[in-house]
Parts: sequence; structure tokens; C-alpha cells
Amino acid sequence: MLAFIIRRLAQSLFVMFFVALVAFSMFNYVGDPVHQMVGIETSFKEREALREHLGLNDPAPVQFMRFIGHAVQGEFGLSYQHKRPVAGLFKERLPATLELSFVAALLALVVGVPMGVYTGLNRHGFLSKLFMTFSLIGISLPTFLIGILLIFIFAVILGWLPSFGRGEVITMGAWTTGLLTKSGLKALIMPSITLGLFQLTLIMRLVRSEMLEVLRTDYIKFARARGLSNRAVNFGHALKNTLVPVITITGLQIGSIIAFAIITETVFQWPGMGLMFLQAIHNVDIPIMSAYLLLVAFFFVVINLIVDLLYYVVDPRLRIDLGKANGHG
Amino acid sequence: MHILRHVGWVKRSKTYQILMNGEFRFATPTLHLNTETCLSMLKIENLTIRFDTRYGPLTAVDNVTFEVRPGEVFGLVGESGAGKSLTGQAIIGLLDPPGYIAGGQISLEGVRIDNLAYNHLRALRGRKIGMIFQDPLTSLNPLYTIGKQLTETILTHTSVTTAEAQQQAIALLTDVGIPGAAERINQYPHQFSGGMRQRVVIALALCANPQLVIADEPTTALDVSIQAQILSLLKQMCREHGAAVILITHDMGVISQVAQRVAVMYSGRLVEIGDVRQIVKHPKHPYARGLMGSIPSLHHQVDQLTQIDGAMPRLTDIPPGCAFHPRCPECFDLCREKRPVLKKIANSHIACWLYAQEAHHAG
Ligand SMILES: Nc1ncnc2c1ncn2[C@@H]1O[C@H](COP(=O)(O)OP(=O)(O)O)[C@@H](O)[C@H]1O
Ligand code: SF4
Ligand SMILES: [Mg+2]
Repeated sequence: MLAFIIRRLAQSLFVMFFVALVAFSMFNYVGDPVHQMVGIETSFKEREALREHLGLNDPAPVQFMRFIGHAVQGEFGLSYQHKRPVAGLFKERLPATLELSFVAALLALVVGVPMGVYTGLNRHGFLSKLFMTFSLIGISLPTFLIGILLIFIFAVILGWLPSFGRGEVITMGAWTTGLLTKSGLKALIMPSITLGLFQLTLIMRLVRSEMLEVLRTDYIKFARARGLSNRAVNFGHALKNTLVPVITITGLQIGSIIAFAIITETVFQWPGMGLMFLQAIHNVDIPIMSAYLLLVAFFFVVINLIVDLLYYVVDPRLRIDLGKANGHG
Repeated sequence: MHILRHVGWVKRSKTYQILMNGEFRFATPTLHLNTETCLSMLKIENLTIRFDTRYGPLTAVDNVTFEVRPGEVFGLVGESGAGKSLTGQAIIGLLDPPGYIAGGQISLEGVRIDNLAYNHLRALRGRKIGMIFQDPLTSLNPLYTIGKQLTETILTHTSVTTAEAQQQAIALLTDVGIPGAAERINQYPHQFSGGMRQRVVIALALCANPQLVIADEPTTALDVSIQAQILSLLKQMCREHGAAVILITHDMGVISQVAQRVAVMYSGRLVEIGDVRQIVKHPKHPYARGLMGSIPSLHHQVDQLTQIDGAMPRLTDIPPGCAFHPRCPECFDLCREKRPVLKKIANSHIACWLYAQEAHHAG
């Protein structure tokens, strides 16, 4: 178990190192950082002094190590546009994105899994067919279109929900939350649906096909032949066996949710990291871009790690095999 | 008689319902003392199983009638595709759609069970009728310990505490020959070998003491070296638990080892039923003779190893008359036109025109 975790951690570190290299290259070689920081009237000499001061004349490996050292401490320098430390900007924006992603993922799971189970169990029911048709829409419509449609219906025509922003937020230490105010919750509805709909339909279809697969197996037939109740068979024996693929996909999808938040945040002018990233691209604000890259990679890696550990919890076969492998190695 | 049975059924279903409210238990009837129930525990009459396909309905099991007596081992033998598994699944109410029972009836202890409401049928499964499938590697849920699967079944059918169920499970595992049952009960299926898993499956099928166990090719997937062990274990366990067995197999050798009576199936139809000794020594139906010829015998000399040429017809083109006639070495005109029905000859029932004359003369 410990060896397994250590191995996975080493892999994660390697991934992060590689992403850091990309972020660093972007930082140093896309455009001239000094040029971005100073005005036109700055003299060549002043520029050179600044270059020396920033350590930009050091050999690349030294600079890279320094970059990593700073990154580990959450230091990404000053944003070119905002003239403020990038870390502070992210700190302000992170809660908005994480809250939105979390609610979207929760929505996808809490609605997607039961719908998948239902459609798997009642394959020919009317509701199942309705869900399947609806899921096709969810999969084929682009995110921004869903967002715009929702805004058009619920904000423009009906005027029930706000079309942009996060509503009223409450500050709790370093965190700001919109989950505790009415306007904050109202503002969350449309963005989280927009962001989570694709994942919801994906999870539903996945659970459904896995259920159909598992329900055909011998051990399900044998469970029925032993007279176990429908509930025990469907939810105890069958659903549990669909969990491994569902965990994999859900884990990957949560990563994508955070990454895809860019589009949703743009459509709803949601004050999160994604919106900031998009603005950074417009203004070639390299520090923000590289920090964003590292942060998203970090989330992916952490989620993958959690997914691996969950497998381990769910599937005894893996547990024992790994135990054996560790025993030998 | 008919009325009696009907009344019995109504009474029974009330018993079910009362119990259903609180706990899912099947009440053992005490009221049925007619002769029928004493002789046969399970009675299958004119069972017909169909599939509705694009090409019209296909009849996979055709007018099958037989009975199983308490405590006996009843063999159901025939080539692959004869409809044996479908018959077994129909008895326990687990026919996979699109297959369905198109006719006939199945009664357990004089009570019809083929038209029971779902929950009543479910309460029968495991409790009255157990089932064993062919492949022990896939019969057990990989994510649960065998202890969990055993206690779960015991708790479904009996009102004991979890601790008692656990004790019963350990005792049962010891009975089926799993060494160190108390420790192994917390292990997962993949930690057991194929033979051991089939022992676990036998324990599972018997853990609520059913009166009947349907074993569908229980040793076919196992290594040849352990087939005999598992077969004798199955026979011994069922005898100890007082359960009758329907042993489904394509192997006449298996039948001759453990069964008392046997039914031979061909193309969804029964062609011969009778005592195993009778049929092994003197098979009458040409198909049964062919089947017997296909096992090397230790006990008696077969004059000439009869082999059946050809293959069983597909469901879409079962020939008219006797379904076996294209392969039958003794086929004559009548066989191609009219379908033979089961006739009692001596102690057996045979569906073959060769014996119709005898029956006519005898009767
Ligand atoms: N879903 C199905 N649709 C059409 N035919 C089927 C289906 N399932 C089984 N059958 C047919 O039913 C026949 C009997 O099957 P089965 O009872 O499994 O035979 P066996 O005697 O080998 O156990 C076979 O010919 C098979 O092709
Ligand atoms: S009825 Fe005719 S064809 Fe069929 S088994 Fe008897 S002899 Fe052969
Ligand atoms: Mg079969």
C-alpha cells in the first residue's frame, strides 16, 4: 500500500516537473519579460539593470530551479496587466472557480448516476427513452450555446436568474463563498448546469452501459437465483461493480470541469480563474498563464491520485495483487 | 383435484402476503397431502418455451413433461442447444428475455410456480429451489467476500442474527471441504481455485436448505481431475440436506455416475425418460443409443460404438415429424410425417415410432 502510494506520488511529481518546464519556457521565451514590464521610455541601461536584478542573465537551469522554488511557495511574480502579485490574484479567483466546479461535478454525479442506474434497469421504459434523448442533446450541444440559451430563457425572458456574476459572497478567511447567500446560490444555478451538463450526460451513459454489462453477468444471475431482493442485486451487487469505470471517468471529468470552466466563466462573466486566464491570453500576461497552467496540472494530478486510491478501496482484486507485488518487491 | 390445487394456491399466496409485509419468507405448506405431492415434488407439464424473433416465434423447448421426486438425482441430458438450460431457468423463473414460457405449467409440491408474482417467486429462489451454474469463476461476485455472499443469502431467507448466519456459513464451508473455513470466509473469490469456488457455489446453493437444486453443467468448466470430486460432493451434500437434484449435462457418463432417473432431450423435446440403469444398459430411443455410444463404458461391453452423424437442427429449421429423423439410422416413412409422442414402454417413456407398435400391442 505504502509502496503503491509512493510510486504514484513519484509519477505525479514527474508530471508536475514537466508541466513546470513548459510553464517556465513560456515565461522566459515567449516575448521579453522586461519589455512587458517597463514603459517605452525606459533606457537600454535601465533595462539591462532590471534584467540583471531579475536574474534573467543567469544560465537557464539556474533560472528554472529558481522558478520552481518560487512556484512551490506560490510565487509567480507580478501580473503584467494588473501590476500585482499573481499569487494574490489567484487567491481571490480560486474560490469562485472551485465552488463552481464542485457544484457542477456534484450535480453531474448526483443526477447522472441515478439516471444511469434507472435507464440501465428499465431499458425500455418511457422515461429511459426520454433521458437518453435528452442526453444526446447534452452531449452534442456546445457549452457556450447551452449557457447562452439558459441566459436567454431564464435571465432575459423570464428574468428569474441573474445572467452574470457571482451574486453576493461572504468572506471567510481566505475563502469567499457564494453558497451561503440567496443571490449567490441563484447565480450558481445556470453556470453550474452549463458546466456540468456534458459530464452529467456522460456519467449517465457510462453508468447505464456498465449496468447493462454487469446485469448480464453470471454472478448477477446467481445472486437472483439465490433469491436476493432486487434492491440487493441491483444496488449492492450490480452498481458496485460499475464503480471502477465510473470513478475513472468521473475523476478525469472533474479535471476537465475545472479546465473547461474557462468557457462557462466567460459566458457568465464568472469572476474565476478561467475568466482571468482568458483575459491574460488577450494581454499576453505570461505570469498568469504559466501559473494557471501549473495550477490546473496540479489539480489533475491530485485528482488522479485520489482516483487511484479509490480503486484500491473498491476492488479487492487490485488490493491483493498489489499486496503480493509489494511483498515480492 | 383441480379445485383442490386451486384452493391450495390461494391459501398459499395469502400466507406469502402476510409474511411479505414484515419479512421475506416462504411459508412451508402443511396442508398438501394429496398423493401427487408425495410422489413428485416438482412437476413439469407440457412446458413450452419460445423466442419471438423477426422470423416468427422459435420454439426452443417443446411440450416437455417430467417430474422430480423428493431427494432423487434427476438427470437431464442432451447435446448442446437441446434446451436443457432453458428448462432449468424456466423452473426457477429466470428465463432471460426474449425467451418466455408459451405454455404448460410448473408446480412445486402441487402449487403452480410458473405464474407467481415476482416477489413470491423471488422468495422461492434459494429457499425452495437452489441453482448452480456452469462456471464457478464467474458465478461469484468479485467485489464481495464469500462470507458476505453466504450470510447475505442466509439472512435473506431465514430469521437468524448476523452472528448465527456467520456460524452457519463457516459450518457449511467446512462441510463442502474448504479447509480453514473460519479464516477463508473473509477472502474474496479470486483467492480461491476453480474447484474451491465451485464448492463455495454448492454451499451457496444449499445455504437456505432448498428441496431442489438445479445444477446446470456443474463440472463442465472444471479441470477433468476434479470433476468427479465435485460431482460426488454435490451428490453427498444434496443427500445430507435432503435436496433433490436436477443435473443438467451433455455427458451421459456423468449421469450414469450419479443420477437415478434421466430424461434425454433432443431439439427441445423429450425423447426418452426412465431409470438410469435401464437407459444406460438398454437405451431404446435411437438418439439415446447414440448418446450412450459416445461414452466409453467401463461396466459393460458395447457391441459397436454408435456414433451419431450430423448435428442437431437449428431452431429455425426443425424438421417435420420426428426431429431426429435426418440423423436416425432407423428412420422410416412415418417418422418424416408424424411427430412421435412419449409412450410408456415397460418402465420408460419413449417418443419414437419404432416402439409405437409395441405400445399398441401391449395396451
Ligand atoms: N435469446 C435467444 N434467442 C433465440 N434463441 C435462443 C436464445 N437463447 C437461447 N436460444 C436457443 O435456445 C436453444 C436452447 O438453449 P439452451 O437451453 O441453452 O441449450 P442447452 O441444452 O445447451 O442448455 C438453443 O438452440 C439456443 O440457440
Ligand atoms: S421416430 Fe423414427 S426417426 Fe425418430 S427416432 Fe424413432 S425411428 Fe428414428
Ligand atoms: Mg446449457
